[in-house]
Amino acid sequence: MNTTASLPLPQPRTKVEAIERSPGFWSGVLAKLMRDPVALGAGAVLLALIVMAIFANQLLPADPYATSMFKRLKPIGFEGYPLGADELGRDMLSRLMLGTRLSLFMGITPVLIAFVIGSAIGILAGYAGGLVNTLIMRTIDILYAFPSVLLAIALSGALGAGIGNALLSLTIVFIPQIARVAESVTTQVRGRDYVEAARASGAGPFTIVRVHVLGNVLGPIFVFATSLIAVSMILASGLSFLGLGVRPPEPEWGLMLNTLRTAIYSQPLVAALPGVMIFITSISFNLLSDSLRSAMDVKS
Amino acid sequence: MIFYLLRRIVYTIPIMIGVAFFCFLLVHISPGDPLVSILPPDASIELQKQLMKLYGFDRPWFEQFATWFWRALHGDLGTSIASGRPVAAEVMRAVGNTLMLACMATLIGFLFGGLFGFVAGYFRDSWVDRIASALSVLGVSVPHYWLGMVLVIIFSSWLMWLPATGAGPGGSGEWAWDWAHIQFMLLPAITMSVIPMGIIARTVRALVADILAQEFVVGLRAKGLTDLGIFMHVVKNAAPTALAVMGLQLGYLLGGSILVETVFSWPGTGLLLNSAIFQRDLPLLQGTILVLATFFVVLNLLVDVLQTTLDPRIQRS
Repeated sequence: MNTTASLPLPQPRTKVEAIERSPGFWSGVLAKLMRDPVALGAGAVLLALIVMAIFANQLLPADPYATSMFKRLKPIGFEGYPLGADELGRDMLSRLMLGTRLSLFMGITPVLIAFVIGSAIGILAGYAGGLVNTLIMRTIDILYAFPSVLLAIALSGALGAGIGNALLSLTIVFIPQIARVAESVTTQVRGRDYVEAARASGAGPFTIVRVHVLGNVLGPIFVFATSLIAVSMILASGLSFLGLGVRPPEPEWGLMLNTLRTAIYSQPLVAALPGVMIFITSISFNLLSDSLRSAMDVKS
Repeated sequence: MIFYLLRRIVYTIPIMIGVAFFCFLLVHISPGDPLVSILPPDASIELQKQLMKLYGFDRPWFEQFATWFWRALHGDLGTSIASGRPVAAEVMRAVGNTLMLACMATLIGFLFGGLFGFVAGYFRDSWVDRIASALSVLGVSVPHYWLGMVLVIIFSSWLMWLPATGAGPGGSGEWAWDWAHIQFMLLPAITMSVIPMGIIARTVRALVADILAQEFVVGLRAKGLTDLGIFMHVVKNAAPTALAVMGLQLGYLLGGSILVETVFSWPGTGLLLNSAIFQRDLPLLQGTILVLATFFVVLNLLVDVLQTTLDPRIQRS
């Protein structure tokens, strides 16, 4: 009698594939975002701005640096100047378009760098606990004791004007905020059973952080970081508005707002345009971040 | 609770020392010789060394910090390089103006933000709620320095209702609470109130919706309490948190008013910082930041203490 015939056979291959095909967390988040009209709208605006920033050189209708004594401060719709001309007779539309590049760069870069450094610091403090945690977090508390606008202006004021110094100051402003969130999330995850189980099974601290902690803390930290981009955009342009960031003649929305400030009585609509761009960008980032937060179900 | 309060106060001391150390470092991270603005361009090495010694720059950094901190504790923040006057006096005069403006802005923001938030939380998911939520997103997204310019365009340039810049007749020295002066404060205060308005509206909306969903409200309704009575209960429960948020917002405005003050030429700390930065007047920069940060830390402490004493539900260990 052949007994092997009655033994259970291995499961057919198709079933295994079905398990592998179950949607992951991120595709679920993406699907939720695609069903959210607000997120789609904000995302489309930001995508358009990013495309404009990348292909600015191909898209520009006129030379954004060409000045003209006779075309100074022309209104919106002036012949050859669809959005008017600035105080040196340069084409506003071209300058606003090229300005997307520096403005987005100055707004997003500090948050990105702070996300990497702040997460590392926060996860280290949260996972290590004890004395290391106390030392790191009390130092962070000191930077946290400054209102962010004041800290940014103090640092870039002391370091001096320039793009690099403005980026450095803004990064220092955001690191403590991100590190705080990273620390509190990591401290929560560290106490979970699966981390305890991993430790009991002999996993080293690096393995635990890489396999069990990172995947569970990066999501909430990322959501928090996206909510900072709008703040960062406003602050970065604000530094340029004060004359502490980008230097003329480079087009940047905050700097353009500053140089056009004297024109608010003669050409108010033209003078207000760069601010409209900052407003649109920051509101899109805020709306997208809010949608992301609810799609990922992260509590604020 | 006494222990919590004591611990909270003691905990502020190292933070304050850290903040002071950061302000002290500001001068040292700035590029160039700290003496470059007062040294004549043809100064000899001899004179430079003498001045280094006079200002104590030849000492080790911790000794410099200790001396500077000790003097700051006694109200001596050094001398402004640009004006030659004591920094402490300059800052104190400007802080008054900034405080006045920030309080006004917080008041406006709290009144309207509280109202919007309350209505939105009470009629949740109605059109009122949607408008209030949209307004609060707008409030936190708007670049306030640009909003200030737009308000000047509308109310000063087109309608000619309100003055655009300054602090009224007689400058900052002769402030009085009459219309001739208050009208100068309205535009900057409204501009600055937008951010706290959005944040307070958001907070109050969440609070009210939360409280209304709780069992004790159902109980009160079942008992036959009128809407007004329930309203009073909701206010009582929401007030401590809302007030705490308001206090923190006042702190942010104190430090964040520099951009708006620049737009409106308001003679506060923002304008002082602005001129300190562009004249490379580092003692003035350092002193202003130290005073503003101290205000912020103390305000945070006060908010925490008040919230703990006002709200019996908070059990801090």
